[in-house]
Amino acid sequence: MSAVAAAAPRPAGDAPATAAADWAVSCRNLQVRFFTERRAITALQGLSLDVAVGEFLTLLGPSGCGKSTFLRVVADLIQPNSGEIRVFGAQPEAARLQRDIGFVFQDPALLPWRNALQNVELPLQVAVGRARRAKATPRELLELVGLKGSEQAYPHELSGGMRQRVSIARALASDPKILLMDEPFGALDEITRDRLNEELRRVWRELGITVLFVTHSIHEAAYLGQRVLMMAANPGRVRAVVPVTLPAGRTLASRESSEFVALTSELRRLLETC
Amino acid sequence: MSAPADTLTAAPHLDDEEARYREVQRRERWRRRAMPALGIVGLIALWWAVVAIFQVKPFIAPSPWAVLQTLYVKRDVLLANLLPTAGEALGGFLLGNLVAIAVATLFVHNRRLQEIFFPVVVMFNSIPVVAKAPILVLLMGNGVEPKIAIAALVCFFPTLVNSVRGLEAVNPQAMELMRVLSASRREIFFKLRVFSALPFLFSALRIAASMSVIGAVVGEWIGATQGIGAMIIQATYNFDSALLYAAIVMSAALSGSFFLAIVALERAIIRWQPESHMT
Repeated sequence: MSAVAAAAPRPAGDAPATAAADWAVSCRNLQVRFFTERRAITALQGLSLDVAVGEFLTLLGPSGCGKSTFLRVVADLIQPNSGEIRVFGAQPEAARLQRDIGFVFQDPALLPWRNALQNVELPLQVAVGRARRAKATPRELLELVGLKGSEQAYPHELSGGMRQRVSIARALASDPKILLMDEPFGALDEITRDRLNEELRRVWRELGITVLFVTHSIHEAAYLGQRVLMMAANPGRVRAVVPVTLPAGRTLASRESSEFVALTSELRRLLETC
Repeated sequence: MSAPADTLTAAPHLDDEEARYREVQRRERWRRRAMPALGIVGLIALWWAVVAIFQVKPFIAPSPWAVLQTLYVKRDVLLANLLPTAGEALGGFLLGNLVAIAVATLFVHNRRLQEIFFPVVVMFNSIPVVAKAPILVLLMGNGVEPKIAIAALVCFFPTLVNSVRGLEAVNPQAMELMRVLSASRREIFFKLRVFSALPFLFSALRIAASMSVIGAVVGEWIGATQGIGAMIIQATYNFDSALLYAAIVMSAALSGSFFLAIVALERAIIRWQPESHMT
């Protein structure tokens, strides 16, 4: 019923043979294996997926289903063993070198010797030749994530939620085309998490950026995403792709709607059979 | 803040509580400072009592008072001998730590080198200082060079180990961040590794500060004519226990002030930790 659901691309597999450049992320038969001393782990098996430019895709699934691995393949932190992947039509390495990628980790990983503003400035100070500058200054980005007035505060003076806001502002500083978020709110309390979810949607709509968001929370996955990519573990693979048919202007209150409840119960059912 | 009606009754009460809390805090701070002093005074009193009760001969062990007198009467000769030792210790400290930091930087960037040479370094470190000292004196003569070299050697190892550990103790997600940003190795080193290593480096420098004095004193034991180490040897041969103890007090004061200088430097540089650890 909503424009969002209609605009969302069709699930992978039966996607038409469009040029990969039209997608933010496009992959076919992606396979990633790790070797430990005792055994080989297939972190990703036969993953095929297309993510539209500007889409908000959430990745949901049990631990060890390869959600984080997938983000790291997109960011060129892990190279796949086989399969193909394009990020904005190019190899992940090229996308990384062009600074198309912003990454938000579960641990905010702020540099404790830099204050909030200096942390946001970091991407503009490394690989300076490649650095693109966001239209917004680091100061404005801090304001965008609701941290006006805390520019001079050091990480140890900030709460967990504020630190994660700084890390989001930092990821946005070099004007990435895609934001990869690996359980960014996993360690936060529910109240802070809800507020950050709402603000992340606002930031996403303001910037029109593509977001891949990994989470363990069904509510978070349903509330944030335009589609939910449900993954299963051992080996890590796609279980289902569920379109989210909630209004684009959803608020936290929308989570009490019958539509939302129906969606989360479906997700829960799928998760239980993973 | 609160409603006007409350302020009249509640505020003085709250201020009282706060004042009481601050008072307790202040007393606690004093108590923590006084306790170590109490320990030292107690130890000196015990020493005095043992010397007095058992009538220990002055050439075996002096009374604290005799040491204090010697410190005053022989202050010129003590200071004249302290200076060369301080110079050697400082020189060794700078040399040993600079080389250690340079080698650690090399090791972190070249794993092969680390694999080849780290065990060699560990082996060398297992040779006691007193065994290394004569070798260096034979090699370098009887000047200040072997003393500086010995002081440098004893500083080298703790700083090397801690620097390697510190440079490698980078938050893995911060490392991934730098890779996503396509940072060069140089940028990763200067923007990430150096800062992560600083707390490790300083805990090594604290050790090195006292070690360098030990190294210089040990170096002076072998054939030196001046310095605290030479004084210790001469005083022992002359059964001048008061002078021996006075020399020991001087060397302890020297390594103590080295240590405190490093702590002060650490506090000035590492300002980002929420709580500075008490030493």
